[in-house]
Amino acid sequence: MMLRFLLGRLANAAVVMVLVSMLSFSLFNFIGDPVSNLVGENATVNERDAMRHALGLDQPLPLQYLKFVGRAVQGEFGVSYRNIEPVSRVIASRLPATLELSLVAAVLALGVGIPMGVYAGLKPRSLLTRGLQVLSLVGISVPSFVTGIILILIFSIYLNWLPSFGRGDTVMLGAWSTGFLSASGWKSLLMPAVTLALFQLTLFMRLTRTQMMEVLRSEYIKFARARGLRERSINYRHALRNTLIPIITVAGLQLGSMIAFSIITETVFQWPGLGLLIIQAISFGDVPVIAAYLLLIALLFVVINTVVDLLYFAVDPRLRAQR
Amino acid sequence: MTTLNASPAPAPLLSVRGLRVQIPTRHGPLLALDDVSFDIARGEILGFVGESGAGKSLTGMAVLGLLDAPAHIAAGEIIFDGKPVHALPASQMRKLRGRRIAAIFQDPLLSLNPLLTVGDQLTETMCTHLPLTSEEARERAIDWLRQVGIPSPAERVDAYPHQFSGGMRQRIVIALALCAEPDLVIADEPTTALDVSVQAQVLELLRTQCRERGTAVLLVTHDMGVISENADRVAVMYAGHIAETGPVDQIVNRPRHPYTRGLMGSIPPVDSDAQWLQQIDGAMPRLASRPTGCAFHPRCAHASAQCVSTQPAPHQEADALVACWHPQQHAPMAEAL
Amino acid sequence: MKTLMLTARRWRHSDLAWSLGRSPEAWISALVLLAYLGMAVLAPLLAPQNPFDLAALDLMDARMPPAWVDGGQLKYLFGTDGQGRDMVSVMLYGLRMSLLVGVASTLLSLVVGVTLGLVAGYVGGRIDNVIMRAADVQLSFPAILVALLIDGLSRTVLPRAVHEQLSLLIVIVAIALANWVQYARTVRGVTMIEKDKDYVNAVRLIGMGRARILFRHVLPNILSPVLVIATLSIGLAVLTEATLSFLGLGVPATSPSLGTLIRLGNEVLFSGEWWITVLPGLLLVGLVLSVNLFGDWLRDALNPRLK
Repeated sequence: MMLRFLLGRLANAAVVMVLVSMLSFSLFNFIGDPVSNLVGENATVNERDAMRHALGLDQPLPLQYLKFVGRAVQGEFGVSYRNIEPVSRVIASRLPATLELSLVAAVLALGVGIPMGVYAGLKPRSLLTRGLQVLSLVGISVPSFVTGIILILIFSIYLNWLPSFGRGDTVMLGAWSTGFLSASGWKSLLMPAVTLALFQLTLFMRLTRTQMMEVLRSEYIKFARARGLRERSINYRHALRNTLIPIITVAGLQLGSMIAFSIITETVFQWPGLGLLIIQAISFGDVPVIAAYLLLIALLFVVINTVVDLLYFAVDPRLRAQR
Repeated sequence: MTTLNASPAPAPLLSVRGLRVQIPTRHGPLLALDDVSFDIARGEILGFVGESGAGKSLTGMAVLGLLDAPAHIAAGEIIFDGKPVHALPASQMRKLRGRRIAAIFQDPLLSLNPLLTVGDQLTETMCTHLPLTSEEARERAIDWLRQVGIPSPAERVDAYPHQFSGGMRQRIVIALALCAEPDLVIADEPTTALDVSVQAQVLELLRTQCRERGTAVLLVTHDMGVISENADRVAVMYAGHIAETGPVDQIVNRPRHPYTRGLMGSIPPVDSDAQWLQQIDGAMPRLASRPTGCAFHPRCAHASAQCVSTQPAPHQEADALVACWHPQQHAPMAEAL
Repeated sequence: MKTLMLTARRWRHSDLAWSLGRSPEAWISALVLLAYLGMAVLAPLLAPQNPFDLAALDLMDARMPPAWVDGGQLKYLFGTDGQGRDMVSVMLYGLRMSLLVGVASTLLSLVVGVTLGLVAGYVGGRIDNVIMRAADVQLSFPAILVALLIDGLSRTVLPRAVHEQLSLLIVIVAIALANWVQYARTVRGVTMIEKDKDYVNAVRLIGMGRARILFRHVLPNILSPVLVIATLSIGLAVLTEATLSFLGLGVPATSPSLGTLIRLGNEVLFSGEWWITVLPGLLLVGLVLSVNLFGDWLRDALNPRLK
């Protein structure tokens, strides 16, 4: 039953969140001073005493942990050491940058990678396919920061066409700062998005191609051919549909990892997103930010994984009917 | 026995002559099928029997034009309904498949696309070959399900393959093969993957449906029991060659080729008190290590120097075609080989 | 030992050797890999200069471009960096570090993963459950993130001096821990199949200990798939280390890897000194490319289904 499956995944998710929150709590409480974490290092003695009392630092650990979780759920993560700003505000201000970057990169990776993979799977011996195979091997072997640096060299330094850092001009839509609405925004977005997308793109291309070739070798395709079905129908109605099913799971997971990979891209291009934030936080030792980031990233992946599982369910009739 | 003044027999539906299928490997090209010749008349059920690896399935695939590269037809002819089809371009071969020549494979679970309903798979097959509207096709699909014995066809037409049992699935496969109204069905081990209890039913379904429509069947199997119950004529395959061809009664009860005699001797007769099952010593040679001359000579009690050096060509013996230098005659099957 | 020799002999006459001869990408990449390995191992002998010897450096020679560009000298074939270090030497030692971490972490990953997989598969029950659950949880996160967080957290948690000392070990452990799951899963699967086979039951009946059964009988069966995973993983491990070092985590600055060099070069990219970052980058790409090519070939050659 789907319900049982869903509950199973939620149980998994809960386990992950609990473990990560415990880790985050330990960081917050034991590394650095939890009082400073919450009121900031420049607080007065009175504020510190008040906070010490509110925190109940003499109370048993489990209680402190619960309080921590309670605060976290409300978005209260303390004050960043580096920025002297509430962590929640810091994160909120950086979130749009990462999300916009990841979105554009995802569209690129899926929109180019999958069709290329389908083509390569259908025509394995064509010249174009062979070229794509070579390019894809290179794509998988070049680390994204090297790609980024080379792109900067060519387009920023030599040609001077595109900016190599920052987001360009952003426009505030409510609380969301977007770079989609300005030319300089898009110019700044282009290289980072391509850098971020490249690895995933080649991955999807290779995956789709392998999957497509495997499906085309299966018995039901042979039977479809034996029934004289049209080649077009065999390729698209039968093979493609069966190919895309496992790709969906991978796609979902890869998009999640795109958020992780954005750390690298943001560092290369000094893109003011969550990725750059965590790197800066680590080198600074900004414990509140690190603790919050841990929780956030865990939540993100747990959500992505659960959604992908549900998607699989929705799409494959064999799983739907499982008792 | 042939009578001299009989009118000429109608041309066979399928005529295979001297078929050679080669598979290039790193050791050089291997001859998977060597000089295979047989006919199938309209409406006839020809049993193709032999061990695994003898080349039975490969023959079926060659007729369909579905040989997996790099295997290819190196020589010979395949004539279907008077026209040669072995060298047809792919687009024309596709039109033949399903509509004139159909196939049934071994594993029904693997043969059906898990993501499409059985109704969809039926209607698509029919609409590809026959001028039908989608409503008509759907009506026919339901009717086909009923004919192959699926209960509540009107509801089940929208079910997915995994929702049926193994026997039911193979019935659906039979429906899929027959729904475009072919003249010949190549049934490659159609019941091997099924429960024993279900095998007989499915075979009977296949037999009755084909008899009703006058559809010929190339029934490929390694099971002699299946052949003796269902076939009109039998061709016995060994190591890429056809050892013997003839009416089922003759092949089963009065086989001439030593290999066929060995095969028949290994079936426990229901009504005799034979104590030991006959077994042919040795094993069929693999593709890469076939002997010279007659492929069976290493295991044959009657082999001579001629058998070692020269491949025997098939010659007529009563109603059968036998490829053997020393066909055995007159010895009833009860005696030891 | 005997198993090794038998395996080696079997290999020579096997399809694998034939396949290697037939495909140029396979033996070319194998040769390139050997070259890389040679360069890394022999770095102290090959390097024209010892980049760690501060006395040998001449600041006057700093920021020199490669020999084929205007202003370059033959003595410094690939130019020099900001401190006057010869790029060839620096890159050789960097390659050494990259390979060291890559291979060490892969080996560690293999040992941890195979052990956990064997235990999970053989003992089953609760332990199996726990291990597999942990594997599932870890798989929800991309490996690079796991490695990054382990390294980053250790930096935050440990006092600076302690971390300095341990950072090489930490990197290796971080990358190893990020990648054990694939070994564990594969090995567990094979172990579960093997343990039910008759020959295992037979030796169990005559009282052979569990550990011995695992090593003598189950282990040889998992060698092949594990080898393929390991070969493909080395490339990933090298990439992960390079990424971590580029981000400022990773190996200590005193023994830079190729990733570290790329980072340092990136900081001076805008002053036009492209060689400090690009040349190590190309070296890195060459390494990973060869590993991937070879690994791809190996995987296809060992895949029974594609035959």
